[in-house]
Amino acid sequence: MVSSQFERGFGWGLIKEGRISGFRRRALKVGLALLLVFAAAFIALPVASLFIKSASGVTLETLWNPVVIDALTLSLFTATTSVVIVIILGTPLSYLNARFDYPGKEIADSLIELPVVMPPMVGGIALLMAFGRMGVLGQHLHACGVNIAFTTVAVVVAQIFVSMPFYLRQARISFEDVDLVLENAARTLGASRTRVFFSVTLPIATNGLISGAIMAFARALGEFGATIMFAGNFQGKTQTMPLAIYTAMQGDLDVSLCLALILVAISFAIIAAVKMLTRRMYKSDVRD
Amino acid sequence: MLEINVQKRLRDFDLEVSLCVPEGEILMLVGENGCGKSTLLNMVAGLINPDAGEITLSGEPLFDSGLRINLSPEKRNIGYVFQSYALFPHLTVRENVAFGLKARRLSRQKIEERVNEQLKAAGLWGMRDARAARISGGQKQRTALARALAIEPRLLLLDEPLAALDIRRQAEMRTELGNLIRDFGVPSIVVTHDLRDVVSIGDMVSLMEEGRVIHSGPAEEVFNAEPLAGAVMR
Repeated sequence: MVSSQFERGFGWGLIKEGRISGFRRRALKVGLALLLVFAAAFIALPVASLFIKSASGVTLETLWNPVVIDALTLSLFTATTSVVIVIILGTPLSYLNARFDYPGKEIADSLIELPVVMPPMVGGIALLMAFGRMGVLGQHLHACGVNIAFTTVAVVVAQIFVSMPFYLRQARISFEDVDLVLENAARTLGASRTRVFFSVTLPIATNGLISGAIMAFARALGEFGATIMFAGNFQGKTQTMPLAIYTAMQGDLDVSLCLALILVAISFAIIAAVKMLTRRMYKSDVRD
Repeated sequence: MLEINVQKRLRDFDLEVSLCVPEGEILMLVGENGCGKSTLLNMVAGLINPDAGEITLSGEPLFDSGLRINLSPEKRNIGYVFQSYALFPHLTVRENVAFGLKARRLSRQKIEERVNEQLKAAGLWGMRDARAARISGGQKQRTALARALAIEPRLLLLDEPLAALDIRRQAEMRTELGNLIRDFGVPSIVVTHDLRDVVSIGDMVSLMEEGRVIHSGPAEEVFNAEPLAGAVMR
């Protein structure tokens, strides 16, 4: 479907302008089709290989391996916690960024985007320098008996650090998309700013917010670099699925494969969910 | 009675308007795009703050730069029909009409009574459970008006209420709208481009140009008043 649309779009323009002969047009079509096949295969082959190679060794028993169970539980627990915190903190922040100007907004915007481009390892070591036992803030926390580094809390902190921008960006766009005139209408009808936010802005932006939250969840679930630097690699405490995959590679490949398959399944579910939501968003836009 | 006397510096010119709309009268506001008509409505509604001046409604100040009074839009109790209607797309027709009453925390029974009354009067009873995003232009217009009237406003503001309709619906709605507003009996300001609206809906007409009212008079004289006819026909 993608290829036919692509070809049609391309072909029409060229035919209209009458620049290209039939042979060259066909050659172009074949070339583009090949490119598409290669690109699709480049992604599909490794994923398919995971399934092919795991078919022999990975059984339901592997699923009950304590390493797998611990990693899966920890990953789901920490990623969910991270996303909930990201939503609670990120939603008002994105609304603020979408609707209001304040001094230093540009700087805040750049800071928010920073974790996306920063290598996760660097994020991890930065977190360690801030919250580690000898860290800038960490030494004071340590003096008060609070230790964050190398605990499950550190896993969550690392995940929030890397996944927050994904939510903030999407949430801001969703809020900006809500027509200001709707908020104005609600206010003239007697609704306070808070009421306007909860009864008009938030419901209209919901689909976008959810898809942002899903992307943040995916990022948190796959987080490796910052976690291993800041939280370490202790089974049942800080060893999330990506860390467990890496660790198991050195011993039991089947455990790695099993965890990888679970992550692939979750990734597919995430893509499906986001697609469904964005399609619904698009439809409601068209309706309006 | 609504009395407006406001100044505001806009990007291209200074807006400076003095207007007065007696109880139960309908003022038609005409003028070219960007002359400050919608800005003026937004100031009266409290959505934009004037730089200086006063806006009083039945003797009560809504805005007074001297006395530092500036009532927030939610406290002004003004019915505002926006140009695009601004219906809440995620709510049904009924929920749209009920919105202002819910914000006033009226009892559920009272809300239902008033909403049903408005829905029936506006001919929207049959589609009360349809999503606002899915109804036709004429129905949207009626819903927007019903929503504005449901809060029993002290003043009505309508920004190009017929512009989004096709020509045939415009003719039908023009008379209907005029009667509805007149029956309601509060001071009203209607922004329009169309001379036919002025004659069939309004009592008075004011022409704005670059932020100033350059002509005011009775609506029926609109065709005689040279600057008016010229401006609107253009």
